This record gives sequence, C-alpha cells and structure tokens, in this order.
Amino acid sequence: MILDGKTPTGPIKDSWDKHRFEMKLINPANKRKYKILIVGTGLAGASAAASLAELGYNVEAFTYHDSPRRAHSIAAQGGINAAKNYPNDGDSIWRLFYDTVKGGDFRSREANIYRLAQVSNNIIDQCVAQGVPFAREYGGLLDNRSFGGAQVSRTFYARGQTGQQLLLGAYSALSRQIGKKAVKMHNRKEMLDIVLVNGFARGIVTRDLVTGKIESHWGDAVVLATGGYGNVFYLSTNAQACNVTATFRAYKKGAFFANPCFTQIHPTCIPVSGDHQSKLTLMSESLRNDGRIWVPKKPGDKRHPNDIPEEERDYYLERKYPSFGNLSPRDISSRAAKEVCDEGRGVSATGYGVYLDFRDAIKRLGKKVIEEKYGNLFEMYERITGDDPYEVPMMIYPASHYTMGGLWVDYNLMSNIPGLHVIGEANFSDHGANRLGASALMQGLADGYFILPYTIGHFLASNKLDKVSTDNPEFKEAEKDSYDRIQKLLSVNGNRTPTQFHKALGKIMWEYCGMARSEAGLKKAIQEVPKLREEFWNDVKLVGSNEDLNIVIEKALRVADFLEFAEVMLWDALERDESCGAHFRVEHQFPDGEAKRDDENFCHVAAWEYQGDAKPIRHIEPLVFENVKLAVRSYK
Amino acid sequence: MKLTLHIWRQKNRESKGVFEQYQLDNVSEDMSFLEMLDVLNEKLIMENKEPVAFEHDCREGICGSCGMTINGNPHGPEKATTTCQLHMRKFNDGDTIYIEPFRSKAFPVIKDLVVDRSAFDRIIQAGGFISVNTGQAIDANAIPIPKKNADAAMDAAACIGCGACVAACPNGAAMLFVSAKIGQFAMLPQGQPERKRRALAMVNQMDSEGFGSCTNFYECEAACPKQISVRFIALMNRDFLKASLSDENVA
Repeated sequence: MILDGKTPTGPIKDSWDKHRFEMKLINPANKRKYKILIVGTGLAGASAAASLAELGYNVEAFTYHDSPRRAHSIAAQGGINAAKNYPNDGDSIWRLFYDTVKGGDFRSREANIYRLAQVSNNIIDQCVAQGVPFAREYGGLLDNRSFGGAQVSRTFYARGQTGQQLLLGAYSALSRQIGKKAVKMHNRKEMLDIVLVNGFARGIVTRDLVTGKIESHWGDAVVLATGGYGNVFYLSTNAQACNVTATFRAYKKGAFFANPCFTQIHPTCIPVSGDHQSKLTLMSESLRNDGRIWVPKKPGDKRHPNDIPEEERDYYLERKYPSFGNLSPRDISSRAAKEVCDEGRGVSATGYGVYLDFRDAIKRLGKKVIEEKYGNLFEMYERITGDDPYEVPMMIYPASHYTMGGLWVDYNLMSNIPGLHVIGEANFSDHGANRLGASALMQGLADGYFILPYTIGHFLASNKLDKVSTDNPEFKEAEKDSYDRIQKLLSVNGNRTPTQFHKALGKIMWEYCGMARSEAGLKKAIQEVPKLREEFWNDVKLVGSNEDLNIVIEKALRVADFLEFAEVMLWDALERDESCGAHFRVEHQFPDGEAKRDDENFCHVAAWEYQGDAKPIRHIEPLVFENVKLAVRSYK
Repeated sequence: MKLTLHIWRQKNRESKGVFEQYQLDNVSEDMSFLEMLDVLNEKLIMENKEPVAFEHDCREGICGSCGMTINGNPHGPEKATTTCQLHMRKFNDGDTIYIEPFRSKAFPVIKDLVVDRSAFDRIIQAGGFISVNTGQAIDANAIPIPKKNADAAMDAAACIGCGACVAACPNGAAMLFVSAKIGQFAMLPQGQPERKRRALAMVNQMDSEGFGSCTNFYECEAACPKQISVRFIALMNRDFLKASLSDENVA
C-alpha cells in the first residue's frame, strides 16, 4: 500500500495557513460535548491536555507516574530550538527547516518540518509567558547558544535543565486545568490496550498500578503521547519505566509503525561499570569542545591512562577525521568508538569505553577555566564513577538515547486508525533518520500546543461518531485480554526474572541492531529474538498477585511487548538496505565511513502493519523533496 | 562489600509495617544505591519473595521520583544528592543500613518505600501557575527581565518535588516546596498579576493537606538535593501576610 500523508499542496510557506483555514471547526459551545483521552503527560501530552481543555473539550489524561511532573521529558538538558533570530546571525524559519531536513538525512516530510519551524517561535513566547526561567543576558533579554548541526545560535536554555523547566511549564498549565476540573487526571495508571469500535479508536484499557484493577475508559478520540522505545536496548539514557507498550498495542490493533529502525545513539555517556548497571547517564556533548578522545594503541593495554605515553595513544577521531576531530557528528563518533573497542583497545573494566581527556585543555587554559565551563558536569561524573576528571581522563561510551521511529501519522498527526492521534517522540514524523540536538523539546511542544489542538477538532467535526460506553463488548474483550495476559505471566513460575530477559534482549539488539548493522547480523537476530520470546513465556518468574502494587508485573508486561516489538525493528533495519542518518548498514558506506543513502530505492517512509504471527507487511510513503535539494549530507 | 539492610516493609496503606533484615553480599562500590536495591530485589524474586517496592525513574537526579530515608537522612548521607545519584562507595564493608519511606502525615505509605505525594500536585493545582492560555503569549523578548531576577527564579524553579524537605522537617512542613514555586513566580514580571492570589491559594491548600508549619529548623534546606534556599520561605511568608491583609482575601 502507498500511504497518503495528506500533506497540503502548493507553496510550502503557505501550506499550514491554508490547511488551518480549510479545516473544519467546532463551535465553542459544542466542544464540551466531546471527550478526548490523552495517554502520557510529558511535554507533548501535558501541553496537548492543557491546550485542549482551555478550548473547552473534556479531557482525561493518564500517566503511570505518581504525578505528571515526572515524565522523562524532564531529563532533557541542552535546550530548545527556535527560529527567532534574536542573535541576528542569519537564522530564519527557512534555515531551521533546511537544517532539520538535512539533519534527518532526507527521510522526513518537508511540510511537517516547515510547520515545525514556523511554530517554534510561538513555543518560546508561550513558555516565557508561563514563567519558564530561560537564561538571559544582562540587558534582560533572552540568551542563545549553538548546538550540533547548525551554524547559528538558536537554542534557548535554562541552565542544564531545559527539559525540566519546559515540562514544569506544561505541568503548571495542565494543573491549572485539573484544578478547574476541565481535565480529569489519572495518575498511576498504565495503558495496556487500545479499543476500536467500528474501526475508530474509542478508548483504552488501563491497569491501576496500586490496586491492579483493569479498567476501561471511552472517548471520542485517543491521543498517544507515550514517548520512545530506546529501552529496547535495556541500557539507555531513558528513564527506567520508558516502554513501547502503548504504541505497540496500537500497532497490534492495526496502527502502522513507521521507521522503527531509526534509533539515535548518543556518543558521550558514562560507560557500563558492571552487570548491575541499570541505566546510562548522558554527559553533555559540549565536553567534546575541550576533551580529546583516545584509546591505547596496543590492544589489552591495562596501564593507568596517565602512565601511557603520548606516542602510545591513538587519538582516533583526530586521526580519522582531521577536519572535525573530536567534534565529529554523533553517529560517526559513536561508530568509531565501537570500532576501537571491538579491536580490543577499549578501556574501563568491561573493555567498552574510551577516554575523554582534559589534560591538554587544563594545561592550555588552566584548571579554573575548565572548572567554570564544565564544573557541574565534572562533579556529576565524579559522583557516579568516583574518578576525578581533573586528574584522570573521563571514560565514555555511546548509548541509546532517542527514537526517531514511531507510529505513522499523517500531516494531521493522526495514525491510519481514525481517531488515534500520536504526538511527540511516540510518532515518527519530523526527525527523519537522525534528530538534531535541541529539537525533541521543540517537536513535543509544537505537537501539543500548536498543532494537535487544531487538527483534532477537524477530525471530530468531520466524522459522525457512534455513541459508545465502556459496556460495549469491544471494551470487555480488551479488558479480558489484558487480564488474561497478566494471569498467564503469573502462572509461568519459571526460573528467570523479567529483568534477566530484558538484559538478554538488550544484548541482542545492541549487538546486531545498534550502531552498526549488517545483513548477516540482522538475520541472526531475527532468529534469536523469537527464541528468547519463547523462553520468556516458558520460563519467566513473577511473584505476588495482580491485586496489589506489583513491580514485577509492571516490568514483565513491558518486557513482553519489547520482545515482540524488537522483531519489527529488526525487519525494518534489514529491509532498509541503505545507510541513512543513524541507520548504518555496514554494506553501504563511503570510503571515509559516511552513511551512503540509496535515494532511488529508499527515499520513503517504511510503515509496518501487524500480521499476527506472520511477518508484518511493509507499506511505504514516498518522500518528495521540492524545497531542499536531495544531496549527500556533509558537515566537512 | 557486605551489607546488613533493615528495610521497611508494609503491604499497603492499611496494614502495619515492620523492618525486615536482609544480608547482601557482593555489593560493588560502583553501584548506585538503587542498583544495590535492584540486586536485592532480583534475589528476593528468585527466593519467591516479594521485592521491595520503591519509586524511581530517571536515575539521574531530576525527575524527583526516588526518595527514601537512609539511616535517618532523606536521600542519604551525601549533600545535594538524590537517592539515585548516591553511590555505594559512600558506604563501607560491613555497614548496617536502615531504609524507610519518607515519613510525614501528609505522605501516607502506599507500599514499602512508596509514599503518596499527591498533596504536592493539589497545591500546584490550587495556584502554582500563571494563568495564560495557549496562544495568548506576547513576544518572548517584549518584557526584559534582569538577569539577577531570572537567575533567582531559576534557583527556585530547580525544585524536583521529591518531598525530602517534608521528610526532613520535624514538623512535616512543606514550606520549602511551596515557597520554591511561589518564589519562582514572585521573581518574574509574568507572576505579578496573580501574586497575592497565588500565595493565599497555595498556602491554604498546603494547610488543608495536613502539613505542619515552619519553625526555622532549616532541616529542609540541608536535605534538599537541589539546595533550594530557606530564604524563599521568608519571601512566601511576607507574600502570604500581605495578601491576607489585602482586599484579595475577601471571598
């Protein structure tokens, strides 16, 4: 099937305005007759819930946390992009659009990105009005800094806690609506299934994480704002609870999953220290401005780094990419680190780490300057590792960070299931094969504040919806499915914990579907994942009962879905027989190691349709580039 | 290292809790405190026992989910550090560690180390916002804000809502948490139109949730992983007093 993204025609500059005019409206008095369910209350979900409630819709919002303020958007450090051009350095909506298309290696929709760049400025205005304390200059005006993939300073920031401040802004707007009873907030409820009635998304099934109660909720439309699936690798920079269940359950009910193999690996994270490791902590990319990355020349060199003389060190990024050196792009740097570790030259107890050394910078600039620039990061590093980076080099290694893939949506952010809308990291729409820094916050808030509130109204006004209630048989059936799944898990009583299976899955995915992928490796993983899944259902061990706060059930349900989802990701990586952005197939590279796209055969979105036990069907949405010329992405 | 753990176990809100003792060997000093508990939990599951329920998510000190009282200190012995960022190298081989939930009348225990902090949400819902609908904003640079004020607002806004301040306070007061939000908006021009109303609404909600009052122990500031200053409490008290005496309090 060829998918229709419903992108407007005509000049791209007018397309969103034209589309907004053409969309149907619901008069203010009628909005309260509609109920919208929003799952997830991170940046996208909270901003959408608040905005829709302000318009007059009845909104019910769901989070598995104890409060909407805990969502993982909170952990974003760097900043948020906008085309304000306050620094007068030549930025514009067009340039932000261009940078994002190019940064995504030409695997996203032009019209979506143009709209994203257009509304980026409104986001900054909105957040400032909410009291978000962005960094300012002495004159009292907003400060900007630069980020990767751009030659202008367009990133707004609030110290190293931009995500936290933006989320708390959206959370305060949402809280205001909860206080007014315009939003009904469901805390500690995890979505286990989506319910379709006559082909429309009309509700969800949730599990109360305190009582175990399985419940149905109906609505006129359902919005998933449930984030990404980076935890498929087990270790990632994601929070512990981040999972694929909501989007994967929607996929099993017929929603297409787009570009699942587009996953971003961040090069500078604190490496694994042992088998107990539960997450990987990101260290800001800015460290690479002054730190030099190296490994010993000799494999298995166990000497203390300070005892290894200059001539026995391999500054491999400087050697291989002399023009960019230690500031080479994320994907290149990540792959280069993997390569030297695979050669047996990695450092750290596990052999999977490289040095990020500040010795020369301290010599050149003095300790005080380095302390001013990176003091808080050095402290955090020392807290976690016990090493003092002023004295010994840091150790870093790449880690799973963000997922560009997600449920397929059209220009209206609606999936192929009528009524099911998907926003934020959970959809696939804007970042193509690689996301630029400081663009995730921008996209989440663009979807929630400024796009979905228009497009969902159009959907509701254009469709005559049947009356439904949670007594409909479709709800009862979905409740029973969820209940049975839990009982089945509890009854296995095997010998391995859900976490052990999650670790095993992560190992396979990291090895064969991580930074570098090959046909042979992917085919091997496609054999191994179903085996592991079978073992899981025969040998997993849970304890306790469903009628209780039970952390083992929570984990097991999430791992069960990851075990199925992983296979879709592998198929996508195998069949996308090209390299593009973060998807690096070793068979397709230029002599210098750059990703080699195949625009003739793969200039499209791949969207996968569930087929039961059989292999899913791959549909495509062709991508047309009328405004940015398809070219080899180069940052040289 | 080897540890003896005394952990508060409580089945649910209604039941009574007790300290249970656990031995844990082979704890690596590179583990975070929560990873040490992960190891214990994996062991308990294999022994067919229920794992210890505790809250956690980002594990990088920003989401505010985690929090437990470790040897009497909320978030443990290290200054300005959440439980998830505390590492085992701060302990010694052979140590005995007491682990219990954040204790406060307004934070009922849900299970083991998990407490109900929804009172914080209700305080924010009462007034912890600036009333601006999506689309109503003026240009972001239309109102200059002195850097000093923006920085002070950020100092207050750094609060992660973990509740350690409440657990540390002998009175179970939530005034550091509430004053951080009131203080953030009080520093900014956007926060002025609703300043009095906000102080009244949030303080009244705080009182109705059963939190105690500040009597200047400053334990909250000492326990705060984000080092929020008690001077915001002074600011809140001034704002509340002024608002109480103004005509906004006629309702």
